[in-house]
Amino acid sequence: MDQRRTSRLIDPKVRHVGFFTPAAPPDSLPPPVSVSPSGNSLSPVMIPPPRHASDNLSSRAVGVPVPASTQRRSSTDNLPVGSYNPSESLLGTSPVLSPSSNLVNGEFSEDSANWIRRSNSGKLASSFPSGGFDLTAASEAKKVQGVSEKVGGTVVGVANDLPSSSKPLKEKTTKANRRALQESQRAAKAAAKGGAAPAHEQQVGKAVKAASHKKDGPLVTSSVAASEKKGGDRPPEKDRKKDVPLPRMQFDDKGRVEKAKRRAVVKQTEARNRVELFRHLPQYEHGTQLPDLETKFFQLDPMHPAVYKVGLQYLAGDILESNARCIAMLQAFQEAIKDYSTPPEKTLTRDLAAKINSFVSFLIECRPLSISMGNAIRFLKAHIAKLPVTLAESEAKASLCSDIDRFINEKIVVADKVIVRHAVTKIRDGDVLLTYGSSSVVEMILLHAHELGKNFRVVVVDSRPNLEGQALLRSLVGKGLSCTYTHINAVSYIMPEVTRVFLGAASVLSNGTVYSRVGTACVAMVAHAFHVPVLICCEAYKFHERVQLDSICSNELGDPDAISKVSGRVDINYLDNWANKENLQLLNLLYDATPSDYISMIITDYGMVPPTSVPVIVREYGSEHLLI
Amino acid sequence: MDFQVVVLAGGTSKKLVPLVSKEVPKALLPVANRPVLSYVLELLEQSNLKDLIVVVEGEDAALRVGGWISGAYVDRLHVEVAAVPEGVGTADALRAIARHLTANDILVVSGDLVCDVPPGAVAAAHRRHDAVVTSMLCSTPVSGSSDSGSSGGKDKAKKSGRCNIIGLDPTKQFLLHIATAAEVEKDIRLQKSILRAVGQMEIRADLMDAHLYAFNRSALQAVLDQKETFQSLKQDVLPYLVRSQLRSELLLNGAQAEENGNEKVASQNNKVMPSQLLANASTPSFHELYALGADGSAPVPRKTHKCCAYIASKSKYCARLNSIQAFNDINRDVTGEASHLSGYSFSAQNNIIHPSAVLGSKTTVGPQCMLGEGSQMGDKCSVKRSVIGRHCRIGSNVKVVNSVVMNHVTIGDGCSIQGSVICSNVQLQERVVLKDCQVGAGYVVTACSECRGESLARKEKIQSQ
Repeated sequence: MDQRRTSRLIDPKVRHVGFFTPAAPPDSLPPPVSVSPSGNSLSPVMIPPPRHASDNLSSRAVGVPVPASTQRRSSTDNLPVGSYNPSESLLGTSPVLSPSSNLVNGEFSEDSANWIRRSNSGKLASSFPSGGFDLTAASEAKKVQGVSEKVGGTVVGVANDLPSSSKPLKEKTTKANRRALQESQRAAKAAAKGGAAPAHEQQVGKAVKAASHKKDGPLVTSSVAASEKKGGDRPPEKDRKKDVPLPRMQFDDKGRVEKAKRRAVVKQTEARNRVELFRHLPQYEHGTQLPDLETKFFQLDPMHPAVYKVGLQYLAGDILESNARCIAMLQAFQEAIKDYSTPPEKTLTRDLAAKINSFVSFLIECRPLSISMGNAIRFLKAHIAKLPVTLAESEAKASLCSDIDRFINEKIVVADKVIVRHAVTKIRDGDVLLTYGSSSVVEMILLHAHELGKNFRVVVVDSRPNLEGQALLRSLVGKGLSCTYTHINAVSYIMPEVTRVFLGAASVLSNGTVYSRVGTACVAMVAHAFHVPVLICCEAYKFHERVQLDSICSNELGDPDAISKVSGRVDINYLDNWANKENLQLLNLLYDATPSDYISMIITDYGMVPPTSVPVIVREYGSEHLLI
Repeated sequence: MDFQVVVLAGGTSKKLVPLVSKEVPKALLPVANRPVLSYVLELLEQSNLKDLIVVVEGEDAALRVGGWISGAYVDRLHVEVAAVPEGVGTADALRAIARHLTANDILVVSGDLVCDVPPGAVAAAHRRHDAVVTSMLCSTPVSGSSDSGSSGGKDKAKKSGRCNIIGLDPTKQFLLHIATAAEVEKDIRLQKSILRAVGQMEIRADLMDAHLYAFNRSALQAVLDQKETFQSLKQDVLPYLVRSQLRSELLLNGAQAEENGNEKVASQNNKVMPSQLLANASTPSFHELYALGADGSAPVPRKTHKCCAYIASKSKYCARLNSIQAFNDINRDVTGEASHLSGYSFSAQNNIIHPSAVLGSKTTVGPQCMLGEGSQMGDKCSVKRSVIGRHCRIGSNVKVVNSVVMNHVTIGDGCSIQGSVICSNVQLQERVVLKDCQVGAGYVVTACSECRGESLARKEKIQSQ
């Protein structure tokens, strides 16, 4: 426990760098201790979440009602968590718990009691965050081993020195032991998987998978299974495996990349100057993909035209927003299902699932899936799997189509309406609302509030290269709202006059991290520093049980050319032919992770909740995604 | 992929007299000793498009084309040959086969196209934008080589016949204006409304309409039904669609209209939302912006449709055989710079001499030449950049430069042929000198005659046409 304390050492004054926060509540700040040796290992791209003060921690433990004893938690905290080191907080930690979050915590603690009861009945073996933290930590440590080997070593050393009472020795094993254990687990898992998904390696350091591996539990307990516990009896192992989204491929693994390439429909030339830190993500030459895919239009026989069209649109960047991408994909699948007919001697459930899989892999080649799309695919596959074998083909197809319609309607359209209704209550006359980028929900909220006659002003913050905020601005101005438009460079100048920040999200992860358009974290942090409440508007179908601590291990890279050029300025051509220069690498990250501490509230279709309650929603309603 | 392909093979084009005749319709004109239609069919076959409708003008021509296709492409392609009366325009041809068209989108290809641009690219661009029409544009080929020596005035006339004035939006994806050759002579009239909606238009004259279109079937049929006077796709239908793109009179995409109807019946305005969400999120083209009105709040969205353009990259070869000049050029290119199209493998000397061809002593066949099966050449001949067909008998001391000699041609001793086209079964007697001439099929050129820029054909042939 105290390892963490000792290593949180940033002088509070250091946190004022960049902008001055008028009145930081000094009481909740922990005492600065010393300078961490690992401070330098921080990557500039990563926004590490500040550590919680102990009161926050306990409240979090309530929000995440896992039968996690503080003891266990503290032991996990002792572990070297690689680059995610406690000492790295940039901004003030002062976790000002908003009254609302406290309140909701109260609600949920009740809930957690229920949960514990249920878990006592023995239905659940694994759960998420704390169960497998040791593993997460271990793999994390391995991943960033090059960077933090020394640091990790010292930290472990310190941890070993600490008299940590009744803790089993599990976590104290040496690094070599842990690695050996991990290797063996991986081998066992690969064996268990059989040939099902040989091309995919387990994402190291991704907590979803890791968390599902309890050391003493069965090896292939998926987190989906955890969320399915409500359904009573567990589906057989195979079904569950199907439900699990395949772990992302690690693109620095040459063999697998080669294999995937051979199967690929879209021509994927690897970018020459790949960013070293992001080698595990796909980095392709963007220029050649679209024309190449276009020429293959008629050669892709098994691909349904609707799916193909959506893929083209992803690749060309015609559809950007995550809701829209999800809807477009689902509608394409709907078309494909309508035109589907089961080949002789095959069953619909199996053959259609295989078809959908091939569509999905095509879409992934066009652009990596968003988390929301992953959830939607999971939903669709679960439905296909659950179709009774006796059902006639036409009925099965009709039922799937109506299921898709219902998903779109309930999880996106109606959810948006509910979110709008909730969010509007947070807008008062005289407010100055700030939003970043363009989120369809936020747009609806603002327009609805305007229709209600509320008197407020909007600040649209935008950033290159997509400048999607301009579309939002156009629609807002068209409707007569008074707006201010600025770029993200000026966010700290505009922030003092802002009273609320509304942000959209691509996903909310179960540790409360908001995964969203790159720049969101920056806006949220600045808002937090100025004590402006940050409200995230996100439909619950985008929630994911994954835990992500940084924006490196899972992210998406955009076209580097997009940031090397300035639209409308032909004279700025310094970066022309940049790809030929070996010592230049352009990084166009698309997403970032905002730690939950900067978020005051998440507005979702289940109400307004603090970020700590996200896992509850994932747990309580996650299975419902699959069952509606 | 829900595409149907219509190949408009034409009939006996008047522009190509005397090369074409009753026996040899335009589609069967040899390009590097292969009918020009085979280039299109093979291009389509490469793209896995094997169900084709070939429309031919005239019953006789249809029979010939059909016979050739069934001979050459039996069990490779599934081709339906439809005959339409002679002299009808391309739009009429499509009207005639309208009932065969069932797919969502239709790819209309001209039978005289020689190119290596994959039609899939056009189709993909079409689908991506949900366009009503997508037209393939390619850069205008350099017409006539310097040593073909055709007169300046003629050349110019041909050039203006080929080039179009084409207006594109800044992203080069949408067609904003298209004017064919005839209109170019006058002032260019642009529509203010389109210009206002787009903000910026790029006008180019270096692009050629390759006559490869993807049409939305319902839209195309609506236009064909409504506008009965429309004769030609290129001159009437396409400009009309481009002109009316911001005030569409089409009941666009029957399917979409149906959808809207259904939604209203279901009285769920919820269902409209996903499409709205989609529309909001996708980067709007000017069409959508215009449809919503300037302030984004037009009471009723204006009806628009999209006309797209696919611009083939400069590295691709693309030409249409629609004039005698083009015939010469294409023959030269297919054996020369675009040799990958010909499907033959070239020898080390960069020419193709059929093994059964017989060459006399001191006869040279230069690079970029082709000598067909069973042809015989006497002594001291020289062939440069020319295509010679099958079973020709060429005497001694003959010079053939930049010319096309079709099958079964007899050339006497001492002839000199330059920049000419000599059709099948022609007989050239001794010491004939031809420069930039076209000799119709079966013609006999008497000895020692000297022609320059003439078109020689049998009288009755011309009258019969």
